[in-house]
Amino acid sequence: MEIPLSYYLLLSGILFVCGVLGFLIKRNIITIFMSIELMLNGVNLSFVAFAAHWHALSGQVFVFFVMVVAAAEAAVGLAIIIAVYRTRETLNVDRVNLLKL
Amino acid sequence: MAESYQTMLHLILFLFFGTICVAGAINLLAQSHPINSALSLIVVMGSLAAEYLLLGAEFLAAVQVIVYAGAIMVLFVITIMLLNAGAEERTPGSRVAILLGIPGVLIGAVLVAWTLVGRSSTTQSVSIGALWGSPKDIARLLFHDFLLPFEVTSVLILIAIMGAVVLASRPEGSARGARKDG
Repeated sequence: MEIPLSYYLLLSGILFVCGVLGFLIKRNIITIFMSIELMLNGVNLSFVAFAAHWHALSGQVFVFFVMVVAAAEAAVGLAIIIAVYRTRETLNVDRVNLLKL
Repeated sequence: MAESYQTMLHLILFLFFGTICVAGAINLLAQSHPINSALSLIVVMGSLAAEYLLLGAEFLAAVQVIVYAGAIMVLFVITIMLLNAGAEERTPGSRVAILLGIPGVLIGAVLVAWTLVGRSSTTQSVSIGALWGSPKDIARLLFHDFLLPFEVTSVLILIAIMGAVVLASRPEGSARGARKDG
């Protein structure tokens, strides 16, 4: 009952690369934020795979902390997005290019 | 014989959920409407929970479904509906981002894959299906060894709640229609 660790790492790498790609090519600020969540998920999978590999539970605890921080980040980030939309009336990051209104 | 069947089954399940995962991630990139991207991200998170279960992390699989696919994605979907986000518009900047982003990311992906495959030490096998990480052990670790980070995280969440309330609330005076909705 064994699967090579590199399969899991490859899957997590693919997810991370998809997140980076979405971060770069997407123009909608909410989709960019979702790409960040995708990157976090990819890293979490490699944490769990290594935890299973070394039989070390602290990897799973780290994933737990990453999830909590991601939840806090999502709450604050979406509040910022709402504030940006209120002042700029747009979600396109190319149109949010001035610090001052 | 039974052992090999089990390995086969685990491999099939891994490939099945991994394929769903990657398909969801690619669909997230391909869709132009944010609500479609959000729904495909939920698919990615759900299949990742299945992968965690395959790795024996039952507690994390439950937390993944409840916190990530549940709470965080509901927050995203509510924001998309609240702001009435439409389809993405194409700007000159997006064309530049595609032209520069895709080759750069491909180079990065090749580097990552080369590092993973080239290292012989990481090609060892993961024994799966053994549920060695019970919630009891995780709780003992969380509330004994990681007690200080746990408490600091609670402060972080408190600050995040206050920040979200402050940032998302209407500013005094300058808000249009602030009188109307009371």
